[in-house]
Amino acid sequence: MSNTQIQIEAKNLTIGYGDYVLMKDLNFSINKGDIFIIMGGSGCGKSSLLRVLTGLVQPLKGSVFVDGANFTSASPATKDKIMQKNGILYQSGALFSSMTLGENIAMPLQLYTKYSAPQIKELVSLKLALVGLAGFEDYYPSEISGGMKKRAGLARALALDPEIVYFDEPSAGLDPVSSKLLDDLILDINHSLGTTIVIVTHELSSIFAVGNNSIFLDGASKSILARGNPNDLLRNPPNNTILEFLTRGEGKNA
Amino acid sequence: MKQNLNFNTSGETLAVSISGDFISYDNEETKIRLYSLARDNNIKRVRVDASALGQWDSTLVIIIFELKKIALQRQIDFEQQNFSENLSRLIKLAFSVDRKPAQPDTGSGSFLENVGMFGIDIYNSVIKGIDFIKKTWGSFVRSLAGHSFMRGVDLSFALEDCTYKALPIVSLISFMVGLILAFVGAVQLKTFGAQIYVASLVTIGMTRIMGAIMTGIIMAGRTGASYAATIGTMQVNEEIDALKTMGVNPIEFLVSPRMIALVITMPLLTMWSDFMGMLGGGFVGVTMLGIPFQKYWELSIDAISLDNFLVGIFHGLVFGAVIAVCGCYYGIYCGRNADSVGSATTKAVVSSIVWMIVMTGLITVSCEVLGI
Repeated sequence: MSNTQIQIEAKNLTIGYGDYVLMKDLNFSINKGDIFIIMGGSGCGKSSLLRVLTGLVQPLKGSVFVDGANFTSASPATKDKIMQKNGILYQSGALFSSMTLGENIAMPLQLYTKYSAPQIKELVSLKLALVGLAGFEDYYPSEISGGMKKRAGLARALALDPEIVYFDEPSAGLDPVSSKLLDDLILDINHSLGTTIVIVTHELSSIFAVGNNSIFLDGASKSILARGNPNDLLRNPPNNTILEFLTRGEGKNA
Repeated sequence: MKQNLNFNTSGETLAVSISGDFISYDNEETKIRLYSLARDNNIKRVRVDASALGQWDSTLVIIIFELKKIALQRQIDFEQQNFSENLSRLIKLAFSVDRKPAQPDTGSGSFLENVGMFGIDIYNSVIKGIDFIKKTWGSFVRSLAGHSFMRGVDLSFALEDCTYKALPIVSLISFMVGLILAFVGAVQLKTFGAQIYVASLVTIGMTRIMGAIMTGIIMAGRTGASYAATIGTMQVNEEIDALKTMGVNPIEFLVSPRMIALVITMPLLTMWSDFMGMLGGGFVGVTMLGIPFQKYWELSIDAISLDNFLVGIFHGLVFGAVIAVCGCYYGIYCGRNADSVGSATTKAVVSSIVWMIVMTGLITVSCEVLGI
């Protein structure tokens, strides 16, 4: 798989709500197989950008292209087709609380595949095992911890073997060990399946551990302030804002 | 050691001296005098000396914080003398406020602008409501035809919730309403010696409208509120986003089973409510008016007319749709915090009741025109 093939491209993307603009004229591209980090301060519009990329919200201007197809202006049927290429892990896991973990993961398989019930059962067990939750099929989301919910959410996101997996603040609310486990899981998925990963986060340890490409959103200028490998940005910060962010405000003393 | 807040001006300098144990300082008058002095245009420098300060708490930090704020606003010098490291650090911390997060401009406009915005809001919500009803209707039809994302298990749960789980409260309230109708009627009818007509009064009242209205109000408070809260919580937990990004239509998945359940069960519950209301009336007839139960029941059955009965059932059917639409609409369009769920629940119940009354009016007028 070529690493230079563009999978997601944002062209002149302006995002916001009503008349309120969060980010203006964003242009960036995400290559196939990248682990792409969208970082920036709290409230700058990272999660809103993710909602636009995943088709939940329309941008005020501009377009998102997925594998060359215009996702933003696509017909509902085409949009649904593109959406099936995506897996999304939401901040809270977003598991359906009235269903068991097994039913949660089986749902996309029942909707979009022609697998028989025993095949689906096997796939559910496999996906749960991949995220370290083997044997948890009959548990309800309310019976497991926050970290487990995220992993179960990831298992559901991976159910249809997506080409792209989006993560919204994967480390939020997790202890350092669970956070590290999730980072390792992200790397494993990327390395073993070649999945393109897009992560919205401001968790520095995750950014440096998994990211190989990134953009930094600046709320004040409503634009991208820097782009590139996060470790390169740390070594050669293009400006003081990036330096402060990547060193937890300690600047060159870090 | 007694707390002291002394200050004086010498030339352009306001010298403030803090001494003693500064715990729970509450001399507002002195503070106001100090702040107004600091705001004096002749003062160009504020110097605070804490050399004789003993113990202190937040009441001291407030004073220094306010003084420093005034100095910063007026762009005059502010000097801290002999401050302990802890106190200095706390003051520094109080001023190290991060920039405000980005927020939409909510500044209040002119009266005309506000009236215009109010009108636009109403127009948008009407459009949104009509769009939701259209989508719900489409999903309802597709679900009935078996071409939707609706799961059978969700429909059976919704049916369970609207049937035997709702029966006890519907029974109790309907019995009591029948009883009250009979009691109020009996008092008046007794004066004419026409108490025998209590059975007809209760039967006609319950079957034509009261059974449906009481069931509607109970189900709006019980089931409509529960729909708004459940779907609203799913919105807060991003479960609806997850459905959308899976390509699942949330209206088909969440609204259709609830809508179908209420449309099926409301007429049945209305019938049950009619029956319980008649029983309630019978209780008054037997105990207060001394009418034998069998006689009362015969009179009641005689008073039932098919028109009244069907109009009541039709009310129930319409109310079922109204409650489902209102409950699910406010759930689907709920905000993303706990407060919004509470607000969505309240709005669902209130609007269900309002729309039920509006629909009752429309049905009544239509029946009048049609001569039913």
